[in-house]
Amino acid sequence: MVVDRGLAEDEIDRIFGALADPTRRDILGRSIRHEQSVSALARQYAMSFAAVQKHVAVLERATLVRKERRGREQIVHANRATLGKAATLLDNYEQLWIQRAKRIADILAKPKGEPT
Amino acid sequence: MTEITTTKDVENLTLTLVAEFDATPDRVWEVWEDPRKLERWWGPPTFPATFTRHDFVVGGESRYFMTGPAGETPRGWWRIDAIDKPRRLEFANGLAGDDGEAAPDVEPMAGYVTFEATDSGTRMTAVTHFTDAAQMQTMLDMGMQEGMTQAIGQIDALLSPASV
Repeated sequence: MVVDRGLAEDEIDRIFGALADPTRRDILGRSIRHEQSVSALARQYAMSFAAVQKHVAVLERATLVRKERRGREQIVHANRATLGKAATLLDNYEQLWIQRAKRIADILAKPKGEPT
Repeated sequence: MTEITTTKDVENLTLTLVAEFDATPDRVWEVWEDPRKLERWWGPPTFPATFTRHDFVVGGESRYFMTGPAGETPRGWWRIDAIDKPRRLEFANGLAGDDGEAAPDVEPMAGYVTFEATDSGTRMTAVTHFTDAAQMQTMLDMGMQEGMTQAIGQIDALLSPASV
């Protein structure tokens, strides 16, 4: 079994925050099936172009999709690397504990007045 | 800089974390024993933990909840199975229902932590053992987004038709 680097906890938070919204899941699903322009995506939903663009930006920050400018269009691609990692539970637990250990280190450092 | 290493035993569903802290074993022990310190690191920043009970004795139990960004409060419990201060701690960590008491259908995770004095401070080794993947998934739900299990299922569903 390949042991991956996994994801940092804030990355995990971003990923699952991004996936918590049905529109964003739908946008991601469409991007996985085929690359999509933001304007083509915007036509699929009863919301403004700006609103769809915001959803894409949330997915992008979670590295679930990548955006690429092609002429006047912005093309959205699914990022398979993130999707694959996100499905790995043990990786997530590993990151949870790494983040815990870092927080413990912060707590231990503070009384001594060390900069964080 | 704290040195942290992890080992994932996928076959045995065991995660081992080793962290080297620049502090004595007594001080590292304290972040487990003192509930006010414990709640500063147990939950992720987006899901801070509050321990309403923390009987840090063998056979003692803890109750806690986390507060998520949408106001959700997943609950959990601990049971202390062994204490050898400041060297070793064994505990079970399980999921609780809305009443804060152990959820009967979810097996707790078993874990132990050891604290060894080193030249520079303390080597803390935390070992978590899961019963099965379903338990991992259920437990992982707690510290993360409420819909994480669902989200993982959704990722799988999204990937499968396109993975040709």
